[in-house]
Amino acid sequence: MFLASAADFLKRGKKAIMRILGLKAIVLAAGLALAGMGTATAQEAPQPAATPAATTSAASAPDASATPTPADPTLTADGQEKVTAFAHLGRPTDGALGLQDQVTPTGLEAHNFHNHLLLPIIIAICVFVLLLLIWVMFRYRQAANPTPSKTSHNTLIEVIWTVVPVLILVFIAIPSIKLLAHQYKPAPDNAVTLKAIGNQWFWSYEYPDNGDVSFTANMLKEKDQVQPGQRFRTDADGPRLLATDNRVVLPVGVPIRLVTTATDVIHSWAVPAFWIKLDAIPGRLNETQFTIEKPGVYFGQCSELCGARHGFMPIAVEAVPPAEFAAWVRSKGGSMPNDPNAPSDAAPAQRGAPGNDDTSTNAQEKGIVPTGDAVVNGASAAPITEQSATGSLED
Amino acid sequence: MTDTAITPDAFEAHHDHAHESHAEHKPGFFARWFMSTNHKDIGTLYLIFAIVAGIIGGAISGLMRFELAQPGIQYLGTWASMLHGGAESLDQSLHLWNVLITAHGLIMVFFMVMPAMIGGFGNWFVPIMIGAPDMAFPRMNNISFWLLIPAFTLLLASPFFGAGAGTGWTVYAPLSTYGEPGPSVDMAILALHLAGASSILGAINFITTIFNMRAPGMTLHKMPLFVWSVLITAFLLLLALPVLAAAITMLLTDRNFGTTFFDPAGGGNPVLYQHLFWFFGHPEVYIMILPGFGMISQIVATFSRKPVFGYLGMAYAMVAIGVVGFVVWAHHMFTTGLPVDVKMYFTAATMIIAVPTGIKIFSWIATMWGGSISFKTPMVWAIGFIFMFTVGGVTGVVLANGGIDDYMQDTYYVVAHFHYVLSLGAVFSLFAGFYYWFPKMSGKMYNEFLGQLHFWVFFIGVNVLFFPMHFLGLQGMPRRIPDYTPQYEYWNGIATHGYEIMAAGMAIFFINLIWSLAAGKKAPDNPWGEGATTLEWTLSSPPPFHQFETLPKVD
Repeated sequence: MFLASAADFLKRGKKAIMRILGLKAIVLAAGLALAGMGTATAQEAPQPAATPAATTSAASAPDASATPTPADPTLTADGQEKVTAFAHLGRPTDGALGLQDQVTPTGLEAHNFHNHLLLPIIIAICVFVLLLLIWVMFRYRQAANPTPSKTSHNTLIEVIWTVVPVLILVFIAIPSIKLLAHQYKPAPDNAVTLKAIGNQWFWSYEYPDNGDVSFTANMLKEKDQVQPGQRFRTDADGPRLLATDNRVVLPVGVPIRLVTTATDVIHSWAVPAFWIKLDAIPGRLNETQFTIEKPGVYFGQCSELCGARHGFMPIAVEAVPPAEFAAWVRSKGGSMPNDPNAPSDAAPAQRGAPGNDDTSTNAQEKGIVPTGDAVVNGASAAPITEQSATGSLED
Repeated sequence: MTDTAITPDAFEAHHDHAHESHAEHKPGFFARWFMSTNHKDIGTLYLIFAIVAGIIGGAISGLMRFELAQPGIQYLGTWASMLHGGAESLDQSLHLWNVLITAHGLIMVFFMVMPAMIGGFGNWFVPIMIGAPDMAFPRMNNISFWLLIPAFTLLLASPFFGAGAGTGWTVYAPLSTYGEPGPSVDMAILALHLAGASSILGAINFITTIFNMRAPGMTLHKMPLFVWSVLITAFLLLLALPVLAAAITMLLTDRNFGTTFFDPAGGGNPVLYQHLFWFFGHPEVYIMILPGFGMISQIVATFSRKPVFGYLGMAYAMVAIGVVGFVVWAHHMFTTGLPVDVKMYFTAATMIIAVPTGIKIFSWIATMWGGSISFKTPMVWAIGFIFMFTVGGVTGVVLANGGIDDYMQDTYYVVAHFHYVLSLGAVFSLFAGFYYWFPKMSGKMYNEFLGQLHFWVFFIGVNVLFFPMHFLGLQGMPRRIPDYTPQYEYWNGIATHGYEIMAAGMAIFFINLIWSLAAGKKAPDNPWGEGATTLEWTLSSPPPFHQFETLPKVD
């Protein structure tokens, strides 16, 4: 799929010009959409694009077409999102009754826990209570039982309906605690770090282990909401209100360390298909980890009330094979940790045994802690169990 | 509206008993209703207030449901320009959505459920049930009610002074501090201060009354379960509300006086606000349901003609719910980056609450077991409550799991859960209590057919309204969004139809209310027969203006 050929560079040059032109028009005219494409926004502070008056041409200033960079493998030659083969995954289905399909090991574990343990138990309890109610309503209605009994105590039955729920809850609690331990175990050394930063009302992303890869992601507007010439949503981009101008690209089969924070109010980065929801809180770094097992495009939405356009800052993640991810990183001007020209501070830090993992120290080594007083939470106290997710980025 | 409907009737009803004694001597209209020291009159004022607030809060939820009936922004723009005059920007329209959800939540919690349960039924029946002539502090009782009026006025006026408070009922910082300038949020916060002060005063009054004014022989372990429920609720209010008051005072100073309690730029912590809020907020959900538990216990026993099964277990199950309710608050915060061992603790602690709740459900069924059940309107509502609260309770067990909340948090699954325990739990118990005590309070019988019809229409409506929200949540739909991707259209459309059915049910309720007050049959002292054993049924319907001038003896 990814061809690093000379012909490709030529195509890429043409494509980049087209994209930058389109980008400029969007940024200048749109109230909602700020598109930072290619390497253009790498050094720029994210622009809020909060009001129609925001005339931020800065985001598109550097000319990516001047230096030949590898092509973005997630786009077609004319700059459109490639249509992926997994359209049923990673997005809601109208009229569906159950959970979205899961593509991460922890998501599958949680999905299994919900569908095969919690759901049967709660349905059984509801049916049991309903049947009891129907029975007493029928059997002990006034016509059938004119003289009420005077029973008001039965120690045995009271003990039973105290102890049995306790046992059921213990039965639920054991896999529940295990699930938490799996979800919040620290990410291994070879994990790819994704930093998601919530802003009113768009997400910006950084890949601190991969050099200067950073961009913003705005919701794509509908065709009738944009000026002529501006980019609008197509079905290849994704469903209405879920598609973004720039997708987060992540490798399949490699652990992802997700770090969230925010610049203004609290947001929450959520992708249902990954079973991931992590608040993005100003002044804090929250951390969790997951591993995507299937390529595809996965959609989510901001999940903490953050003001007027809370419903309009979606999340779109494209999961690709590791080699394609590496190519994408290079096309954004970044580098992989074992690239010969990689900056030394982007290499995986040496750490002690996984059991002694100190996330806070590690985060600082990796240059993802902007100030000394930020708080890192989430993974630090996780009991270490076997690593179920392994992967490699060698390419 | 309801005020004028109830008041003249209450006068007439009392005149019927005027010959009984000077206990019937009543002050004039203004002194009676605006300077009241009578627990029954103050209870009536609370109920009228709650009905008015319920109409407003319910109408707001109707606006929300119609906007959500289909994808796209349908009406918000029109409403925003009606509210602010002139052309509205897109952001103003979208902000109006947040104002609506905030108002719906605050009104239903602080101005509908709490005033109705504690102020209304608690005031009316706690003194009577323990054989007391009135509350311990009658003047404080009056100020408790009248503090609600400026509180509610501040909240309702807030959208007209600025953009409106669009912070959600949780008022999370920093959205509520530097996220929303202007006076609206300050007014909403002050409304909460006043409502909180009102509730604290009421709680002190109930605790003092129940501990000191029980009739001879009415030991704690002989008190009706409704009195137990109000006693426990009063303790929860007394311990939880000061924490809310502190938290929202810090919000005010962060907003206006340059403090940085919740601002990381000044060394503050936004998550601290959430800890403080939910330290209040979780007991608050039990504050809203415990008096309902008490009412359901009275009603189930009355209409089964059988004493409550496992009385002590029922009372101490409520105590246990109240105590454990204070140590589970962070299960509302599973996605805020709590350390994983803290999540494990809050998962386990939260599940424990299912045990006393289960004891209550099974004890109600055991009370009916062996009984001689008559299906009068209050009993039908009570049975509906038991089942619907079970449904809401088991989804609570699902949500108790911190690992599950990485998916469910802030989705419609949560909305479905808390509407099953509140809209189908607390509100069902309110209707059960209303029909149960309406003959006692008004001296008139309600219309049985309309009461049953109200139940069935409302029951179908709220289930069609709220059950599909489970499916939306399982598919990942976030709450608090004014527009949604077309994949959520089907169940949202169904839910809006459910609202329409529920609204028809409410119309039947108001027809019944007006008809019964105007033309209802005169109620006997005890319309429910031998199963109704508490003291209020020994009094006339309505009770004399001052009851128990000679204290009853309980054996």
